[in-house]
Amino acid sequence: MNKRDILELLESNAKLTVEEIAIMLNTDAETVREEIRNMEANKTILKYMTLINWEKAGEEKVDAMIEVRITPQRDTGYDSVAERIYRFPEVRSVRLMSGTYDLAVFVEGRTMKEVANFVSTKLATIEGVVSTTSHFVLKTYKQDGVIIDDEEEDRRLVISP
Amino acid sequence: MKNSWGDKISPAVRALPPSGIRKFFDLVTETEGVISLGVGEPDFVTPWHIREASIYALEKGYTMYTSNSGLLELREEISKDLYRDYGVQYDPRSELLVTVGVSEALDLAMRAIICPGDEVLIPEPSFVAYAPVATLAGGTPVLMPTTVENDFRLLPEQVERAITPRTKALLLSYPNNPTGAIMDRKSLLALAEIAKSHDLIVISDEIYDKLTYVGEHTCLSSLPGMKERTLLLNGFSKAYAMTGWRVAYAAGNPDFIGAMTKIHQYSIMCAPITAQMAALEALKNGRPAMKRMVQEFSRRRHLVMQSFKDMGLPCFEPGGAFYAFPNISVTGLSSEEFAEQLLKEEQVAVVPGNAFGSAGEGFIRVSYAYSSDDLSEAFRRMTKFVRRRGVFPKKVTGPYSIDFVRKEGICQNL
Repeated sequence: MNKRDILELLESNAKLTVEEIAIMLNTDAETVREEIRNMEANKTILKYMTLINWEKAGEEKVDAMIEVRITPQRDTGYDSVAERIYRFPEVRSVRLMSGTYDLAVFVEGRTMKEVANFVSTKLATIEGVVSTTSHFVLKTYKQDGVIIDDEEEDRRLVISP
Repeated sequence: MKNSWGDKISPAVRALPPSGIRKFFDLVTETEGVISLGVGEPDFVTPWHIREASIYALEKGYTMYTSNSGLLELREEISKDLYRDYGVQYDPRSELLVTVGVSEALDLAMRAIICPGDEVLIPEPSFVAYAPVATLAGGTPVLMPTTVENDFRLLPEQVERAITPRTKALLLSYPNNPTGAIMDRKSLLALAEIAKSHDLIVISDEIYDKLTYVGEHTCLSSLPGMKERTLLLNGFSKAYAMTGWRVAYAAGNPDFIGAMTKIHQYSIMCAPITAQMAALEALKNGRPAMKRMVQEFSRRRHLVMQSFKDMGLPCFEPGGAFYAFPNISVTGLSSEEFAEQLLKEEQVAVVPGNAFGSAGEGFIRVSYAYSSDDLSEAFRRMTKFVRRRGVFPKKVTGPYSIDFVRKEGICQNL
């Protein structure tokens, strides 16, 4: 048993109990509990979340990916501008990219107008932001390794030798 | 006059017992809301890269016959794979034959070597096809019951006792379906010595070889002096989740493989090319996905062992495959009664142990080729069922209880 095994199990199913993990990895619950506690403390494990299909829940949400070009700052490079962006709760993720733009910013809102408003009044006006290009998400097929509408089901015979 | 078509069926076929699983299958299909733990195939769908390679092959127009022996490129990869894993060398041109599943390879093997009245030694419980296939080939299956006391391993003295002047072949199938039993190198060496001293052919069905969780699998033909007298059967169904593709292979000396190829070319021609292309991709790039599946099975195996312990059903620790084979005699029920009542009362399907031979009576086969959610729910229901029959876990007491519980293989002692 090592940390990696625990993390793999939790990454695919955060609902697993310490006892279940211990059984699957053939170790005792106390060891697993201790490892998890350590990894939570040192922020290896950041958060336990649930992947939700909001459309199924009847919620309208609008996601957009904004390509942001920024001017790197002396001493901090891209970090200080990135921080000013990622502190907004509307921003779901921020990644520094190689290529023609710098930051890939994922923004979530209830309407297109709300997202557009956020980009034009908050994001684009941050000092150091040179330009923004917004791409609205039309459909999500797969997210975090999970296929959203997976039509593959168990088609095996109920009994086979 | 009404024609009785049944009378026209060959007596040999009429005499064959119907598969014990069939009857139960119908019962399960008629029941609603069933969680089935009765399936003998992985719950994973064939990894996408394999399916994609096969689609690509179709698009490219690979829709024709292949050589009777199978695509040479596939045979070369199989040869490399066997050498890498077990250090045993097979000539892809004369010692390998690609078949339609291990089922066909098994049938070919029997038909190629059995003369009327030859005896084939078969351990029990084991896969449902072994004895019927030997019978259809004109042989006489001689069943050797293995017991939980010996971890369902085949003992050398058992084989010695069963040997007669008519004994032609010994069939081995480890890791075993339905028990999950494995045979370590030392035990296999003892059997190999017997095979050599009595000049027996060994048919070794190693379809579950990759699914070995305790120690390492020993390939029978890798043992000293065994390659020439072994017909090694293996395939892609279990390790690469490719059951429905029906592609497997036989490996053996050129005489055996040549004889089998002769039958194969007249009855089958060749394994489907699409499946062969998929198998090729599995061997070339399938290892990472296969390792992930094996790891997942291994984790579930611990979960299943713990569940039976909590339930109070004694279960020996399976070292391979994806089955657990708990002893249900504490409930006072026979295998079939247990399976039928469990299905009726809790809608959980398991396979009665006696479907795999009379040595399986008193046991049930539980497959853990299911998601942990399905397994948890099935075990919750099964626990209710056995509680109603007065089965509770044995209390482990005393100062050594913790070590005792953690020890591998503990379940057989409970």
